Amino acid sequence: MSWSDLENRYGDDRVSSACGLFGFIDTTGERHDGQAAISALTSMKERGNGLGAGYAVYGCYPQLAEAYALHVMCRTEDDRKEMARYLAGAFEIVHQEPLPVHSSAGVVDAPLIWRFFCVPRQADDGDKDADEYVVRAVMTANTRMEGAYVYSSGKNLGMFKGVGHPEEIAEYFRVADYAGYLWTAHNRFPTNTPGWWGGAHPFGLLDWSVVHNGEISSYGTNRRYLETKGYHCTMRTDTEVMAYAADLLMRRHGLTPKQAALVMASPLWNEIEVLPEEEQRTCQTIRQTYGPLLMNGPFTVIIARSGELIGLGDRIRLRPLTAAIAGPMLYVSSEIAAVHLIERQVEAVWTPFGGEPVIGRLGEVPECPRAVPKRVARIIEEPTYG
Amino acid sequence: MVDLRWLTSLDLVRSESSEEEIEVDARRLPYRTLNERLAELVRQGASRLRVLAVSGQRYLGTNLMAPVRVAIDGVPGNDLGAFMDGPQIEVMGDAQDGCGNTMNSGLIAVHGSVGDIAGHSMRGGTILVRDNAGYRVGIHMKEYGERCPAIVIGGTAQHFLGEYMAGGVILVLGRSLETGDIHPSRYIGTGMHGGVIYLRGKFDERFLGKEVGVAPLDDDDWATVRQYVFAYARYFDEDPEPLLRGSYAKLYPRTRRPYGRLYAY
Repeated sequence: MSWSDLENRYGDDRVSSACGLFGFIDTTGERHDGQAAISALTSMKERGNGLGAGYAVYGCYPQLAEAYALHVMCRTEDDRKEMARYLAGAFEIVHQEPLPVHSSAGVVDAPLIWRFFCVPRQADDGDKDADEYVVRAVMTANTRMEGAYVYSSGKNLGMFKGVGHPEEIAEYFRVADYAGYLWTAHNRFPTNTPGWWGGAHPFGLLDWSVVHNGEISSYGTNRRYLETKGYHCTMRTDTEVMAYAADLLMRRHGLTPKQAALVMASPLWNEIEVLPEEEQRTCQTIRQTYGPLLMNGPFTVIIARSGELIGLGDRIRLRPLTAAIAGPMLYVSSEIAAVHLIERQVEAVWTPFGGEPVIGRLGEVPECPRAVPKRVARIIEEPTYG
Repeated sequence: MVDLRWLTSLDLVRSESSEEEIEVDARRLPYRTLNERLAELVRQGASRLRVLAVSGQRYLGTNLMAPVRVAIDGVPGNDLGAFMDGPQIEVMGDAQDGCGNTMNSGLIAVHGSVGDIAGHSMRGGTILVRDNAGYRVGIHMKEYGERCPAIVIGGTAQHFLGEYMAGGVILVLGRSLETGDIHPSRYIGTGMHGGVIYLRGKFDERFLGKEVGVAPLDDDDWATVRQYVFAYARYFDEDPEPLLRGSYAKLYPRTRRPYGRLYAY
């Protein structure tokens, strides 16, 4: 028996592949149960190898929408108690419970996973400071405790992830029972970092969630820069920096998603040179200001927050992402077949250019960019999943 | 140099045939099961197959080592026709990434668009794409002796078309461009050291690969272009004459060994 057999319970009979990403937003705000996301992700099963899958759903806790929903993974019951004590000190806990799971789902070695609905104790002075307070509390908890992690901390946001195939994780966490207006989903094929429960995607902080395919070769530079801003990487994988970069750029510094894309996947210098003067100045300023947050290497990510979904690939598109529109729905997926599987009225399909974000927002009808080559919008008579 | 054998086989694909077409429902079948079922049918003598409700199953056509005809309804998965040797595949819509990956012979015709890296390392056969193509089409395409692969794209392609291209022919017809528009493709022919790319319509010369030269077409080039335009037009029921008008450019590798001195001091 080799080391890989010991570390990988699935043996080595796995075709070399890459992660699978899927996400959608219903811009009308109507909530959808988990079945569509599960079917879409599971249809791309070959993109993963059973060492990680996960789902993020926005709008899933309407009864407790004003509390931060902290989802916590714990190694042991003692670790859970320690985390609970810490959270009780930092927050007023409105409600707490273990995540309901189906133990028959084929998932093994699952940690204890609880959710705590929390209100910051010192948060009388408005939302902004409450967010800062939560970020600090999450960073403190995750760096101080060995055996427990807060992996999701948004309002009205749930994340369900672990080691297993997409359909196993979905069944284990009963993902189909949740409903939300925005879903992202991830099927993992770990390459450079271990396949463990905390390393499954999505990654999150506050209401940010990130699912990622590829690698961030600039991880060291990005991480060092983010540490100077108070973000600490504890999940042993490169994707984490993307979540913290999103929080720093778009929440704390107030950049738009398009500006944030110019930071993370900046155009090459020779492309900046031919832009109109004002755009040139913007690009130059952003590159000079945020150089250490340029994400190098092949990647595609879906970044989401309350009311907004952003699909982004690296500037030379070394990982796939396809976008599609169906009425008020905007879809992004590693493979377009996954969208056609669950959506019968696809109106537009396109391959986004590297570095150009695909953005969907609550209340805004999604539009296909004019300058991108379109693909055939197939109308399939009935969805074939179920 | 141009392989003409596929042109005769093309007639077969589009003609009415008395041979029985066998339908296979791909719904919910994993790719291995589906491919094994198709191979079994071919072993039993089937020469025309129609696969229904395909939804992302990979490697279709890879294991059918015979000149069978396969029509695909739905969305075929990645690496359609990878390493394919002989079959003629017709996709009634879009294909995903990697179609024709390292294909050896045969035909893939797509009544729609293809994703990234179509024709990756292709070494023979033909890919016809009615509409558009994603990034890195024809990357590492090569030719040897009588084998000369070809990719014809009716619309336009995204960046890095013909990257590291070592042989074969890529023809892009620019049909999807509005009047006055230029091809959006940048870095065409980066690392190119063999083969030829023909572009119909304007392109941005500032962003060509550094290894690429631009020239007008000579008589031999026109003969090649005409053949593939006729093949495209016949396959997709278009009038070839308008497609032969307009501005054409030939993109060729300026050297056969662009990186010959990269690690030499």
